[in-house]
Amino acid sequence: MDAIGWIILVAKVLIVFAFLMVAVIVTVWAERRTVAFMQQRIGPNRVGPFGILQTLADGLKLFFKEDVVPAGVDRAVYLAAPLVAVIPAFMSFAIVPWGNTFRIGRRVVEMQLADLNVGILFFLAMGSLMVYGVVLAGWSSGSTYPLFGAVRSSAQMISYEIAMGLSVVAVVLAAGTLSTRGIVDAQAGTWFGFVPHWFAISQLPAFVVFLLAGIAESNRPPFDLPEAETELVAGYHLEYSGVRFMMFFLAEYLHVITTSAIATTLFLGGWRGPIPPFARPVWPPLWFLAKVVVLVFVFVWARATLPRVRYDRLMAFGWKVLIPASLVWVMATATLVALGPVVSRATLVAGTGLAAGALALWWLARVTLARRAGIRAARPGEEVARGGR
Amino acid sequence: MEKYLFWVMAVTALLSGLGMVMARNAVHSALMLVVNFFALAVFYVLLGAHFLAAVQIIVYAGAIMVLFLFVIMLMGVQREEPADEPIRFQRPLALLAGGALGGLLVFVIRTSFGLARFAEQAGSSSAGNAQGIGRALFTSYLFPFEVTSILLIVAAIGVVVIGRREPESEEPAAPAPASSEPGGGP
Repeated sequence: MDAIGWIILVAKVLIVFAFLMVAVIVTVWAERRTVAFMQQRIGPNRVGPFGILQTLADGLKLFFKEDVVPAGVDRAVYLAAPLVAVIPAFMSFAIVPWGNTFRIGRRVVEMQLADLNVGILFFLAMGSLMVYGVVLAGWSSGSTYPLFGAVRSSAQMISYEIAMGLSVVAVVLAAGTLSTRGIVDAQAGTWFGFVPHWFAISQLPAFVVFLLAGIAESNRPPFDLPEAETELVAGYHLEYSGVRFMMFFLAEYLHVITTSAIATTLFLGGWRGPIPPFARPVWPPLWFLAKVVVLVFVFVWARATLPRVRYDRLMAFGWKVLIPASLVWVMATATLVALGPVVSRATLVAGTGLAAGALALWWLARVTLARRAGIRAARPGEEVARGGR
Repeated sequence: MEKYLFWVMAVTALLSGLGMVMARNAVHSALMLVVNFFALAVFYVLLGAHFLAAVQIIVYAGAIMVLFLFVIMLMGVQREEPADEPIRFQRPLALLAGGALGGLLVFVIRTSFGLARFAEQAGSSSAGNAQGIGRALFTSYLFPFEVTSILLIVAAIGVVVIGRREPESEEPAAPAPASSEPGGGP
């Protein structure tokens, strides 16, 4: 690689880093405003226009707070854990293609840090390293509630990692490649001229599983058992303060953004979208950003509207629903891909995807209605029991 | 640059391996092993075997070691191991067996490939990427592959059978350790 190649690479690294930092700042603020709106509150509105600088002020405050290291912690591990949480969260963004290629002179520049031939596996590898930050923080604190959080987190993350990996396998089978750029390219084109070839449509079950597992992996509500404040005070980061606490915060929001970016790449066609004839290199990043914002909103929406899942229900859901469902879906996709040369593949995959999606929705509705009815039936009995006490 | 990276990682791998054996605390030991896996993954990348590197991190660092940590934390294994030997002559025997294993590995690699060709094989596009490994696993190494998977299934079922209690006692919903290994890996 020559000097200009290095300069371009460093510039891309800086752009990604700056984008992620700014995105986290804006996401924290936007989440607080959105949740406030949904709860009919106002939310932060003092610092800067609409309170948009609130996160910056909070960050500065945390940065200048004293970094307390409690007695009785395992010092080396305690100090390293926040870094272990943050670094994989940054690194997994490296494989996300956020735009097409463009030319500077004779040089073709890819809008992506690294187009690995095992691209999506790199994301899974970094995701599996994320567990260590939480687990080590909880264990090294040498205190009961953080340890509970760490144990919960390790069980939860391993369970949901399998479901997430299986949903990625289905997409890889359908796309025929592990490279993220290749997966985006496999989603080019449209059905009937206006429905895009997104895997979110033809791989709808995988998309749903990926989003659910993504929420669980990033320890976000309603799956935030490792830090459930009503049960564990603050869970794994209970003993942390100042800038080290901020790193856990940063890692959580980075994880939200990265998971949204990967979901966009895998299921929503990445940077693809209608491109007007002017300012051509600008449009793909904008499309990409728009899709990521929509998915981040889904994360916030889930947090604002759903109550926390009970722990045994969480594990049962992961092992008895998500993993079998995604296994069946992987088998179905593999069968369809193997049938591909015989029947027109796109039609087949799309048709089956829609059918399976409809089936899943019908099943979900049935289960939800049955549960509602069950709750309604159970309630009078509960009241009797309470009245008798 | 690859040469410098190799030396840095070689030192890291050796030190973390030593640290894993020497550490008194079970969690520190496990962490050193994770660092060692990471160094190994970097070696795979240096040889051009990106797929192996990713699988190394996902399966070993991401799944198996997290399970180890889970068990260590759940059991609360914090006490230091006693320094005396439970079996007589354990240390000399262990040294002998370890040395023999190392010698065997070097001998096998030298005679069947030669070190240079071994590195080439690991990194060449036919063996290093997903397609090459898939083809090798399902053609020339199909029998060992299937035998390994049967072994893992038997182990998983065995754990469930041995670990199962009478149906009266409510079990907390924790994953069975053996069933969480994603496919066991090649």
